[in-house]
Amino acid sequence: MWRLVRRTWAVMRRPSVHFSLGFLTLGGFLMGVVFWGGFNTALEATNTEAFCISCHEMRDNVFQELRQTIHYTNRSGVRASCPDCHVPHRWTNKIARKMQASKEVWGKIFGTISTREKFLAHRLTLARNEWARLEANDSLECRNCHSAESMDITRQSSRAVQAHERFLFSGEQTCIDCHKGIAHRLPDMRAAALRPDPAAMGDARRFLAAMEE
Amino acid sequence: MYRAAIATLVLLTASAAFADGGLVTLRGETPLDVSTTPPPMPSVVNTDIREVRGWPEQPPVIPHHIDNYQIDLNVNRCLTCHGRTAVGASQAPMISITHFMGRDGQVLAAVTPRRFFCTQCHVTQSDVRPIVGNDFKDVDDVIKAMGKP
Repeated sequence: MWRLVRRTWAVMRRPSVHFSLGFLTLGGFLMGVVFWGGFNTALEATNTEAFCISCHEMRDNVFQELRQTIHYTNRSGVRASCPDCHVPHRWTNKIARKMQASKEVWGKIFGTISTREKFLAHRLTLARNEWARLEANDSLECRNCHSAESMDITRQSSRAVQAHERFLFSGEQTCIDCHKGIAHRLPDMRAAALRPDPAAMGDARRFLAAMEE
Repeated sequence: MYRAAIATLVLLTASAAFADGGLVTLRGETPLDVSTTPPPMPSVVNTDIREVRGWPEQPPVIPHHIDNYQIDLNVNRCLTCHGRTAVGASQAPMISITHFMGRDGQVLAAVTPRRFFCTQCHVTQSDVRPIVGNDFKDVDDVIKAMGKP
């Protein structure tokens, strides 16, 4: 093993005998473009709704639920598809998520959620993964479209205004804390809090006191 | 034979009624193989201001959108604001204590299953002209009309 490493190293160190410097640099550059471009094209291909629903697990369960919601059809005609919420937009984070997704390929091969019953049995776990991810990154994928800065609360219902002023603008909560189950049906929530623990949220009196200060 | 006679009679009566133009379905007189133009959908009142009840026992109406609110075996979206422990944070009205009572009047710790499906009684409102008129009078008006204080 060690000898193989040493031999490879020796070959790598030796100047080229047959190929010119120009061929090697230009060829290397061209191959780099081809491989890098190919890699990113393949990556983008896996980042489409069509790719997601090419598996029946996604097409028959979560996609059907998304189609009923405001993120799929709405008055302004803007649609959020699977990767808009489930894949980070920044390249490094995207690669990290894609590496995690290799576990999902494993699940696909071994049919972890290959039937409706198996899917429902795993639904809470799957949902918790996504909630944890969005809690950890401060609902980054929500904020790619919905930023607090560009939110005109005079156009919102008074209920929404109160909730956003108290919990979103104060930074006390992040989007996913309240907006769970807006794009897919919720799992059995007896085992999970739909909202954060009311004790941890702080009550109205504490909020009003903070406003007066 | 007897049954067939009744069926024929019913059919004849029905078609006679249609022919008069006196009795139509909500669909109108459009033939079955033609699509009707659906009436515009009224928007839901979303003022967040509580409506007066028509009588004391009336289930209060919902003054906000409830689009896609999930109420099933897994979760009740309404109770995430109107539940007993949630109103501190939400400042929404708590569900009535009758909702904790079983049918024998026994008070339970949580919402009784027979009261779980909110939209069986509580509904949103739209600002529309009523399809059917009615002459409902508020009980206060009735008492006033009777000339008693």
